[in-house]
Amino acid sequence: MTNDIIILPLVVHLFFSILLMFFWNKVNFQKVVSIVGNALALCVAIWAFIHVYNNGTQIVESGNWSAPFGIVFVGDMLAVTLVLLTAIAGFAVSVFSTISVIKARLRFGYFSVFHFLLLGLNGAFLTGDIFNLYVWFEIIIISSFVLISIGGEKNQLEGAVKYFALNFFASMIFLTALGVLYGLVGTLNMADISLKIAEVENTTLIDISAVLFLVGFGIKSAIFPLYFWLPASYHTPPSAVSAIFAGLLTKVGVYALIRVFTLIYVGSSFLTTLLLSMAIMTIFSGGVGAIIQNNIKKVFMYFIICHIGFMIGGLALFTEVAMAGVIFYLIHDIIIKTNLFLISGLIYRIKTTTNMKKLGGLYANYPKLSLLMAIPLFSLVGIPPLSGYWPKISLILASFNAEEYWFFGALIFGSLITLIVIGKLWAEVFWKDQPKINFPKKFIYFDQLRLGQKFTFVFPVAFLTFVTLYIGFGAEHIQQLSQRIATELMNNEMYINAVLKR
Amino acid sequence: MRTIILKSASSYLLPVLLLFSVFILLRGHYLPGGGFVGGLVAAIAFVLDAFSNGLDKTKGILKFHPGFLMPVGLMVAFLSGISPMILADLPMMTGIWAENPIPVIGALGSPLFFDIGVYLVVIGSALTIIFTISESV
Repeated sequence: MTNDIIILPLVVHLFFSILLMFFWNKVNFQKVVSIVGNALALCVAIWAFIHVYNNGTQIVESGNWSAPFGIVFVGDMLAVTLVLLTAIAGFAVSVFSTISVIKARLRFGYFSVFHFLLLGLNGAFLTGDIFNLYVWFEIIIISSFVLISIGGEKNQLEGAVKYFALNFFASMIFLTALGVLYGLVGTLNMADISLKIAEVENTTLIDISAVLFLVGFGIKSAIFPLYFWLPASYHTPPSAVSAIFAGLLTKVGVYALIRVFTLIYVGSSFLTTLLLSMAIMTIFSGGVGAIIQNNIKKVFMYFIICHIGFMIGGLALFTEVAMAGVIFYLIHDIIIKTNLFLISGLIYRIKTTTNMKKLGGLYANYPKLSLLMAIPLFSLVGIPPLSGYWPKISLILASFNAEEYWFFGALIFGSLITLIVIGKLWAEVFWKDQPKINFPKKFIYFDQLRLGQKFTFVFPVAFLTFVTLYIGFGAEHIQQLSQRIATELMNNEMYINAVLKR
Repeated sequence: MRTIILKSASSYLLPVLLLFSVFILLRGHYLPGGGFVGGLVAAIAFVLDAFSNGLDKTKGILKFHPGFLMPVGLMVAFLSGISPMILADLPMMTGIWAENPIPVIGALGSPLFFDIGVYLVVIGSALTIIFTISESV
């Protein structure tokens, strides 16, 4: 069993997803089972993380078919770290879902599909086979489409159609890229491709397939010219669903970009320039988008786009310092973006709205909760010593060393605009007096909930805030981890040797 | 569609088609066939019965909601997938085979149970879709 430890998170999520289907109509029981399942997945993910941390990259050859022929699951440091983060975010969101998502939605197998989504995410992080990666992406899309459209409100369905159409299109481009790549090298194992692509003479076709991958993953991770589906769809589902989407779905695209551009297409100057300019434009357009929005959910959505640019730009710089910054930012970003959307759900429960113009007086009425919400908000800005600060040092240092002053400027611009918008948000939502609006009568307000229900609402936010605080104050550990991952990524022969057992 | 010919034919065809679907399921490991096609054939058997005798009678034959077959089938496939991890300390989805083949069924192994899982899922989902559509018409 210890050899198979890295795929245990997959097994746990699949098992609980099937188990939940047996109790289709018993929603209250499903809530308990889902929380237990996610807690178990978290334990298993921690175990797998510690195992890989101590023993180095682990592989599982599914079906006992050896490496270039069968599908391999590779648990290197990057993959298990992301699996761990998925488990943390998944646990928090599942607790939050039990109270914040209404029963009419939960009745249609919400939790079962939620576990399927986490299964897809874990699979995408762990697989070492590029076609298998495509399959996990399909699982992610299908389950996220169910989650985004469950409930069937009008604007929700509109968002779901946009989301599905563009993500499906991205999958098609990804598949085309796969076809081109397979035609060139004749293998689908990523480690094997990495070795064989060096021998291919037709460099034009390699560049074409690289650009196709970039477009496919670019749509999924919402980078500059391809991000427009995200603001159109992410605010429509319930906050719990938005939270898991915001935290993890775009990051899967970033993960795939990191994997493909460190393992397969290494060091092409054409791609570097392209990635870098896309990153700068992503930061710019996301930042400008965030500044004009009045709905806090929409503000957070544009921040997702803006901060994706940080990671893509770091990837484009492709030095060890920059990669460490990217990985640290990824770790920070998954936790913080999930938490921000949970916070927006909490604010909605308190005030019935997420529009900044109608909000106010939160600090006067809920001082403790406001303090709790302040930590993630200011971590996002990166006020030292909170978590957003540390990766930016690495990124800024790397961009300065590489003399990429445009990206340097974009980083400063992105950070500054985050500061301005969060400052504005804090003033509008927390400090300003409550403007006179008609509160609807038929709404269960936060104050009317029982103590246990209030606890269920606040616990996930507090849990993720605690993780954020750890990332900020225990930055030494996270920095060591990021540097180790960066070293593994920059020297991809470690990955290749582990997979092909050379 | 209540014609006497279809009605009398379908009462014979239902068991024959179900038997045929099992045949296709079992030959699937090396020859064309398998769980997916077998499941579709079995679903067609019930759909044909619903055409000639009406939906209510077919539901009476089934005795439970076909949607229930989906988690059952998934669980069977899942257990066959992890069985090598538990029983033989091999990686997930490795085929474990019994030493002596059994008459009629042939070689017995974990891939057969995976196929049976697929078979059940396909019957369940196909019938759920068709029953739901024909109810809402």
